[in-house]
Amino acid sequence: MPLEVLTDQAAPIVRLTDVSKIYSNGVVALRGLSFSVGAREFVTLLGPSGCGKSTVLRLIAGLGSMSAGHIEWPQGKRVSRFGKPRHDIGFVFQEPTLMPWAPLFDNVHLPLRIAGESRKAARARVEEVIELVGLGGFERAYPRELSGGMKMRVSIARALVTDPSILLLDEPFAALDEITRSKLNNDLLGLWAKRKLSVVFVTHSVFESVYLSERVLVMSKRPGRIAEEIRIPSSFKRDEAFRTSGEYNAFCRATSAALHRAMEG
Amino acid sequence: MDDRSSFEPKRAEAGRDKGGEPNASAAIVVKIVAPLLVGLIFLGGWEALVRLDHVPSYIVPGPLVIAHTLISDWQTLSGSLWITLENTGIAFAAAAIGGLALAILLAQSRLIELSLFPYAVILQVTPIVAIAPLIIIWVRDTQIALLICAWIVAFFPVVSNTTLGLHSADHNLLNLFQLYGASRRQVLWLLRLPSAMPYFLGGLRISGGLALIGAVVAEFVAGTAGSESGLAYRILESGYRLNIPRMFAALVMVSLAGVLIFLVLTLVQYLVLRRWHESAVRREN
Repeated sequence: MPLEVLTDQAAPIVRLTDVSKIYSNGVVALRGLSFSVGAREFVTLLGPSGCGKSTVLRLIAGLGSMSAGHIEWPQGKRVSRFGKPRHDIGFVFQEPTLMPWAPLFDNVHLPLRIAGESRKAARARVEEVIELVGLGGFERAYPRELSGGMKMRVSIARALVTDPSILLLDEPFAALDEITRSKLNNDLLGLWAKRKLSVVFVTHSVFESVYLSERVLVMSKRPGRIAEEIRIPSSFKRDEAFRTSGEYNAFCRATSAALHRAMEG
Repeated sequence: MDDRSSFEPKRAEAGRDKGGEPNASAAIVVKIVAPLLVGLIFLGGWEALVRLDHVPSYIVPGPLVIAHTLISDWQTLSGSLWITLENTGIAFAAAAIGGLALAILLAQSRLIELSLFPYAVILQVTPIVAIAPLIIIWVRDTQIALLICAWIVAFFPVVSNTTLGLHSADHNLLNLFQLYGASRRQVLWLLRLPSAMPYFLGGLRISGGLALIGAVVAEFVAGTAGSESGLAYRILESGYRLNIPRMFAALVMVSLAGVLIFLVLTLVQYLVLRRWHESAVRREN
């Protein structure tokens, strides 16, 4: 539907313009970085480690300040019934980042609890997202009793509990084994479709970026900026067949080449 | 779900703590029997030496005489034990609460911490034996003076451990709290205090024993001037009267009280942390 595509492009959910970040120790992490993320778009930031990918996500989330540039939210941040616009962002860190002293339910409940919603009032909502990430029945389990993949699912459930319109993921599956990782990739795509989210996914894996996203933004080495952009039409259905298809291989080769150019240039 | 399967056996394993494994029960036997055996050999040797050399009990009493005194003087000694334990308990509670409160205060700002912490250190490193006489002179009520002495000795481990714990909250979790706009109070209650819990409990375990030492030292310094009946006073009194068996019996009670305090606090630490902290969870491999 061309009309919908048009509106999406007309009103990105977030737009970064000439963003620079210089750390207090003088390291220039980002310089002149610009891109935008459309509503319901799945974007990957791909780049070598140390290129400032995580910094970009943290700036979008409002953690830390930038040295120059703008970050705009053209549609405005949707103010949910939790009162604060920042709840429109879900963040998944590299590590699961769970509170080890709290059972799974309380970990997922945390964002709502901070917003002042009691356990009782939040129950249905918390249980819904726990069910959504496939952990129904584990509400009483403590993080240390869960496997690495399950902890990551908890982390995703927590990010979704405030019903955000954009989800930011910082190399979330980097520490997981290949099998768990590809399962979580598929589940994430399912969530993205079901919840009508925008997703910004940071990774250093070419294969992951091609498999997941509609647009791969290749970042240069430090100071980071967007070096190249590769579009992967959403007409390709993301499943095991796509993973073994010639198109997938072609996209991977193109992306890989772009990454090499970015690292040299 | 793939990753569920890796979860189930873990739970099942947690259930078979004691059963089955001969190695585990053998380890427990060794853990109890070995030190017990050493103790019995030591006490037996002591008793034998005292008897063979005909050492009079006003110089070195044998373990049997001490045990006998412990029973025959139980009336007097248990009264003293109770008083010492009461002082220890109150001082310990004050150290735990005061230490926690001070640690929370210190964690509020770097400035407060930098300006107050040195004085906590000074209080800690100054020998209590040296300040106890002053405190006993200044404070009219001897019991309160004793409590102050015991508190000074006991509060520092709680403060320093808890302060460390409050600062060691996971940075990503701090970011998460910031992301969701948590207030300072929410960060303290929901994140910093739970993070500090293992450190706080570790501090308590040290400070429990120190509270007892502080109470006993203060009683020694106060001597006959005040509190007539703590265990330390019994030790002094028995020394003056050359009632050495009773002196030993009182000493045994002080040690046992210390061991008891340590065990109780270890149990508390285990019960609080067993579900989540690595220190209290059995390693499964």
